[in-house]
Amino acid sequence: MALPTMDRRAAVKKLLDTRDGALVVTGLGSPSYDVHAAGDRDDNYYLWGAMGGAALVGLGLAQAQPQRRVMVITGDGEQLMAFGSLATISVARPKNLDLIILDNQHFGETGMQSSHTGRGIGFDKVAAACGFAEVAELRSLEEVDALCEKLRLPAEGPRLFVLKITAENLPRSLPPRDAVAVKNRFRAHLGFATC
Amino acid sequence: MLKAAGISQMSYVPDAGHTTLIRRFGADPEVVTNVLTTEEEGIAIAAGSWLGGKRSVVLMQSSGVGNCINMLSLPVQARFPLLVLVTMRGEWAEFNPWQVPMGQATEASLKAIGLSVLRAETGPDLVDTVAQAAAVAFDADQQIAVLIGQRLLGKKKW
Repeated sequence: MALPTMDRRAAVKKLLDTRDGALVVTGLGSPSYDVHAAGDRDDNYYLWGAMGGAALVGLGLAQAQPQRRVMVITGDGEQLMAFGSLATISVARPKNLDLIILDNQHFGETGMQSSHTGRGIGFDKVAAACGFAEVAELRSLEEVDALCEKLRLPAEGPRLFVLKITAENLPRSLPPRDAVAVKNRFRAHLGFATC
Repeated sequence: MLKAAGISQMSYVPDAGHTTLIRRFGADPEVVTNVLTTEEEGIAIAAGSWLGGKRSVVLMQSSGVGNCINMLSLPVQARFPLLVLVTMRGEWAEFNPWQVPMGQATEASLKAIGLSVLRAETGPDLVDTVAQAAAVAFDADQQIAVLIGQRLLGKKKW
């Protein structure tokens, strides 16, 4: 019997409605659309490429802004390309970096091919083995509500949460593709010059 | 010199030619260091660091350049300042033939994806080259790799 899954847009909106000043980095594909659909903001940085880069952009940002919480929202496919990043992030041990993996167990952008996470690979287990401070797998919006409360609390180190979402292609909500402009407005939000 | 350029973060996959620099940065409480599992991680970390207002440098061997190519589309497309120091293999007194293909392809690969490439072949040349490369990267939003010749590394450790 199939285990329950949740609506991705509703889950992401809950996380963003309670972000409380967190800086957000998104992985390419549907996670970027989900974050954009919840409202385009200067403190979002969307990746349109560089697959495997989201968690590590988040690490660099978290280290540069240790007083701010950084939330990376990406998909199972994007994170699979950065499997080793979980080791790098665990060793770096930022206390202000949370990875949210929207896991539909498929490569949704390319024709819904089945991914590794539908075949026994659990990112929560991998992150736990790497030494993340906290990990969990969530399957309902009620659990996401509890997660939103938890994310407000200080962490001992990096945290990773797998949100098991329904495999479906929703109408796209496209973030701006001008990478320079998105970079500059993000830096301006933090009070930095553009060049 | 790198610290004088305002760099406060360093990411690396080790290479013998970078040993001293890795040790000195690692012992410096003002610099955040990250050991990587693969070189492209450092490219993404450097972009995040700049988003957050800090300057980063990435250290790798020439064999690691091949691992970075698609990730380099991030700094190239978004014009993130990028400074990469590459110790060369496969070009001078090389004993391991497996180092030769990537060593010979390093400069062409970096240029193909859109980086500016500089080379240093002597100690004084290296210091000058890295200093001006850092200025151009961070003051003019450029993506620059400095290739440190294997001839230099064979004669001098730094």
